[in-house]
Amino acid sequence: MAEFVQFLMSGLTVGAVYALVALGFMLVYNASDVINFAQGEFVMLGGMVTVFVSAAGVPLPLAALIAVAAAVAVGLLLYWLAIEPARGASAVTLIIITIGASILLRGVAQVLFDKQFHKLPSFSGDVPVNVFGAAVQPQSFWVLGGAAVIVIALHVFLERTVLGKAVLATAANRLAARLVGINTATVMMLAFGGSAAIGAVAGILITPITLTSYDVGTLLALKGFAAAMLGGMGSPLGAVAGGLLLGLLEALGAGYISSTYKDAFAFIVILVVLFAMPQGLFGRRTVERV
Amino acid sequence: MTVLTASDISIAFGGVKAIDGISFSADAGRILSIIGPNGAGKTTLFNVVSGIYEADQGRVELEGANVTGLAPDLLAARGLSRTFQNLQIFQRMTAVENVMVGRHLRETCRLFADLLRLPSVTRQNATTRQAALALLDEVGLRDSADRPAGALPYGACKRLEIARALAAEPRVLLLDEPAAGCNAVETAEIARLVRQIADKGIAVVLVEHDMKLVMNISHRVLVLDRGRLLTEGTPREVRDNPAVLEAYLGKHGLRETTHAGEPDA
Amino acid sequence: MPTWLDQRSVMLLVLTAVVAVLPLIFPSTYYYRVAALVWVSAFAAIGLNILMGQAGQVSLGHAGFFGIGGYAVAVGPAHLGLPSWAALLIGAVLSALLAYLVGRPILRLRGHYLAVATLGFGVLVAMVITTESRWTGGPDGMPVAKLSLFGWRASGSDTWYWITGGLLVLGSWLALNLNDTPTGRALRALHDSEVAARVAGVDVARFKLQAFVIAAVYASLAGSMLALMNGFINPDQAGFLHSVELVTMVVLGGLGSVAGSIIGAAVLITLPQVLTVFQEYEHLLLGLIIIVSMIFMRDGMVPTATRWLAKRVRT
Repeated sequence: MAEFVQFLMSGLTVGAVYALVALGFMLVYNASDVINFAQGEFVMLGGMVTVFVSAAGVPLPLAALIAVAAAVAVGLLLYWLAIEPARGASAVTLIIITIGASILLRGVAQVLFDKQFHKLPSFSGDVPVNVFGAAVQPQSFWVLGGAAVIVIALHVFLERTVLGKAVLATAANRLAARLVGINTATVMMLAFGGSAAIGAVAGILITPITLTSYDVGTLLALKGFAAAMLGGMGSPLGAVAGGLLLGLLEALGAGYISSTYKDAFAFIVILVVLFAMPQGLFGRRTVERV
Repeated sequence: MTVLTASDISIAFGGVKAIDGISFSADAGRILSIIGPNGAGKTTLFNVVSGIYEADQGRVELEGANVTGLAPDLLAARGLSRTFQNLQIFQRMTAVENVMVGRHLRETCRLFADLLRLPSVTRQNATTRQAALALLDEVGLRDSADRPAGALPYGACKRLEIARALAAEPRVLLLDEPAAGCNAVETAEIARLVRQIADKGIAVVLVEHDMKLVMNISHRVLVLDRGRLLTEGTPREVRDNPAVLEAYLGKHGLRETTHAGEPDA
Repeated sequence: MPTWLDQRSVMLLVLTAVVAVLPLIFPSTYYYRVAALVWVSAFAAIGLNILMGQAGQVSLGHAGFFGIGGYAVAVGPAHLGLPSWAALLIGAVLSALLAYLVGRPILRLRGHYLAVATLGFGVLVAMVITTESRWTGGPDGMPVAKLSLFGWRASGSDTWYWITGGLLVLGSWLALNLNDTPTGRALRALHDSEVAARVAGVDVARFKLQAFVIAAVYASLAGSMLALMNGFINPDQAGFLHSVELVTMVVLGGLGSVAGSIIGAAVLITLPQVLTVFQEYEHLLLGLIIIVSMIFMRDGMVPTATRWLAKRVRT
């Protein structure tokens, strides 16, 4: 029982990170039809920038803020310099561009920082908390709590504010949104900047547990994408459900089936979802018009 | 001789019934036109009959055989061809290559022979190209044979699609708005072409908005309204039907049809 | 006379001439090696081009097949006692089989769904290779026995230059042949309009699968060649980054253009060699090349250059 709860907690924790990455994917995809493979690099930046800035003497909370700001800046630059100029290109071209961007960011991180693993101190100490016999790190609660706050905030923003409604409108039909006067460029910037911020926060929250290095971005992006596909790209709820579910699948799979193939579960999930239900758990099937 | 029969076709998209219980039949050498306002379900009906959509209920028979739910390529093998409302030509291939693709079912296609480009393949290419050129000739595009299809003007592309559809030597040809966006001269050309096709013994089913064209060349007319069959009959019967007149032809359409058959002023 | 015939022959002649004559300007044997690397990558790229450029299907996991070919010639002789040439053929057959099995369900997907599915497939292959270290030597890779045929051992940069160069000419010939044939037309048709191709009678699923299998075999043979040439292989050959490099070669050169794939491979292989002092900046540069070329030369180098030349000739 204790073992199961252990897997459950670690699965939910890492699942919360996947959920946040998936949220980022979903935001950008809905605003611009782009699958942003550089999403994972925002998580990497969140952790790495915080580590290096605080190592330079800046107090941790401020360093974290700077890291988020840096990620947002990178997100906006990505939109302005790589996505916007390629407006009208095919979906595949855009994916390749974002893959190029993620490689570029990784290359920059390699040069700017280093190739080592780095850690951040846990926010409230390292004394494990007892949950049904399992030893759970307090940082896990920070991760879950932080993710919950972000998801709720995003939900409130999208449903209750005018700007949020504009984002939803753009996601539903970009041309119609423009025709009613919504500045879609602003919406895109919001989407890219927002997804960068969310990714960076996820990185800061998880680094005390999983450590960070210049190349954690790729695998995270792929897993976050798997989560987004699992939940269906249409809604924040889907992203969260997909992320948590994927995290659980991974932890339970690694615990009970095979720990060497831990990373494979996400990819098996991608393939299964794409073959069996491409619209995800919460998405809706679309019909192609001829 | 009836070549194509559709019985009681229905299909719904997300709760909205696009077509509800439509039946029609097409005879060899005859032209059947399907008319109705936008949203009446005409293209949807074509998509069901040509295997692109799967009907929720209903039956399609081609020369007596049940072909309901068969994929488009299998239907093509059985003699059903179609053109598209929103042009689906192969933009980056030349005009003659477009028509040569239409000959696909008449060609022997073996991967290894093609990879090695054996003499048999080269010989077949020449035969297919000749057949394709003859079809381009029929639709008046012989001179544009080696130009990229994407560079051709709109009206030419419409005729190219027809040539491609004819390349498969079909028994039934579904034409989805062949005169859409065409001027009077181009439309007359299309009308002549369609009559020629029917005269060869092919069953032609036409979806059109151009009432003059419809009334001029059709043997029978089917009128759809919001997914249902409103009426069916000869062009004259449909034209004189008060319900049709009022709802679909309107005042403008009425003027057009009363002048159909008169020489162009 | 159809223009295809002229283009095809000219291209093959030029390629053969380049391969034959290039060594005359090599200052040292090192250049044989770089050129052989280019020939091998170009060979893989040409195969991928048939899938991406002709059939219009994207594959972000293509390095998986490259890796299978490479590990076949490593594992075969080392663990199964097979001669290298047999292992090479078996690798190609395995890749073809895997492509056939995986291809059917995967190719039903389109656009970014297809991209991600192929990505997932490629990563899974790389993961299996990395994890099954008893067979594959794990993340550090394993040595590869040299190729020997009838007592003659293939070794030396110059030998491999000619082997890979010859293979490239052969591979180009096959790919160019395909264009003006029913198969080639079917592929190009389904690329431009899948629905119209189906309505014309093309069994779209069958042709997509054919393109996928052909591309897989090209990649597998290339992977085997590289492993035999290097005497070594590691899981990176099957990894996501390598898949991205292969796609970049094809797209950079120009989708649908055999010459483009060769040029794209040449650029992507020689650039890091030229900039060896910037080893650290390899990722950075690759990423930059990808982004810039996709934005400014969306159609690829060869079509862009051809258009530019055509404009020049006209004025």
